[in-house]
Amino acid sequence: MRLRNAFLAPTAILMAVTMLAPLAIIVVYSLLTRGAYGGVELPWTLENFTRLWDPVYGVIFVRSFWIAAVSTALCLILGFPLAMFIARSGPRKNLYLSLVILPFWTSFLIRTYAWMFLLRDTGIVNSALQGLGIIREPLALLYNDGVVILGLVYGFLPFMVLPLYATLERLDPSLLEAAADLGARPRDTLVRVTLPLCAPGIRAGAILVFVPCLGTYLTSDLLGGSKTVLIGNLVQNQFTASRDWPFGAALSLALMAIAMILLFAARRRGEELL
Amino acid sequence: MNKGAKRGLAVYAVFVYAFLHVPLLILAVFSFNSSRFSVWQGFSLQWYRAVAADPNLIEASLNSLLIAIAATVAATILGTLAAYGLWKRSSAWLSGSMYLSLVTPEIVTGVSLLALFQWIFRFAHLRLGMHTVILAHVGFSLAYVVVVVLARLRGFDRTLEEAALDLGATEFGAFWRVTLPYLAPAIAAAAMLAFTVSIDDYVITSLVAGVDSQTLPMVIYAMARRGVNPALNAVSTLVVFGLGMLIMLSERFRKA
Repeated sequence: MRLRNAFLAPTAILMAVTMLAPLAIIVVYSLLTRGAYGGVELPWTLENFTRLWDPVYGVIFVRSFWIAAVSTALCLILGFPLAMFIARSGPRKNLYLSLVILPFWTSFLIRTYAWMFLLRDTGIVNSALQGLGIIREPLALLYNDGVVILGLVYGFLPFMVLPLYATLERLDPSLLEAAADLGARPRDTLVRVTLPLCAPGIRAGAILVFVPCLGTYLTSDLLGGSKTVLIGNLVQNQFTASRDWPFGAALSLALMAIAMILLFAARRRGEELL
Repeated sequence: MNKGAKRGLAVYAVFVYAFLHVPLLILAVFSFNSSRFSVWQGFSLQWYRAVAADPNLIEASLNSLLIAIAATVAATILGTLAAYGLWKRSSAWLSGSMYLSLVTPEIVTGVSLLALFQWIFRFAHLRLGMHTVILAHVGFSLAYVVVVVLARLRGFDRTLEEAALDLGATEFGAFWRVTLPYLAPAIAAAAMLAFTVSIDDYVITSLVAGVDSQTLPMVIYAMARRGVNPALNAVSTLVVFGLGMLIMLSERFRKA
């Protein structure tokens, strides 16, 4: 036991310093007043939390939810058939699976940049369309909500495919045969047998995609530009340009609270990581 | 499933794979383009030469490598020890704080670390720099290491360690000579994961970095925001290729 404690001590200290202490500071800051030159001052106040209900920020919260929800739904639509294809591809399973995992290992930032390169005014897509004479003026493909969703789906698709694959792979094929023998059409089998049995995988995938999409900063900043402000961008802005740390802290806590509620709602016994 | 549905599924899969891989392939192809515009004009290595001649990029790459290596070594050693400790007997608050670190949005981790560092700097004569970046990176990659190593420990037969103790090994000796060798593949995978999350991080790093600790993602980000620059395609291709090689090497290593 003494060995165990010695082994745990450095990590415990590091987690306290890099995770718990910063969170404690954020909680304290969220209850303080904005300083005249940035930073924080007394007196204590709850004003930062009441400001969260301002419709200006409500719009941003709703938009962040909407973008995260659409991205998650699209990941599911793209990912489910793909996971099914991989699960049923026999000996080449591992190859097909690694083709999904590979982008997960390569740089998220560079994968986002790839879309900027493709979609900017002088990018491949516009050049090709102009070259073919389909359009004269370049289309404004970047800097809108749609392209942020595209970037999020591109970035987080592997997070959806992996848990879906894990459940589909364990699915007993005899259950599907039984459904067919009992007269179910393929679509009935899919809707009434396969999908319900995949519920844990769908839940896990949806959480793994939705939570980071909700807090996204990088994708909306690069692909959405200044037009698509999401919660993550709002938080960053309070700590940099706006110099309103107390409000930024309150926003951070609100974002974390939402993520926590979603995670606990989706949690089932036996699915814990740690 | 009938033949038609199977074929439909395969066609669908091809499209999704294309969606996943074609954008990066196009990026890589155009890094060899002799024109600075998005029209192919012939093969050229000029953008790679431009990258090699850019002191800013070289320095940022070296910073990134140094940070990633330091953070990976520290997080892998400490995370492995912690996973072993948690496996011996769980600790609710430590598991809880790791879980928290995995689910906290990056931007929140970044600003809260920045707030902490700024608060500490009121009392200590310190500034943001490489040390704050490395500390942040160790912090956010620890939980990944613990999760990966702990998953492997769950499949470990406790009686092997007990046998070692019965045969006279010390507690540490049993860990060092029995458990640790069993964990080697998971430790390698965890180190790999820690390295990739560290070398790719922009959001947290940009908030806790000082003037002397620009990392490669920070430079790439700034270049991307500024607009068209084929040298960025070359850097991107090099990074993706480098990470790809690393993954293949670690796969080799894992199978050997």
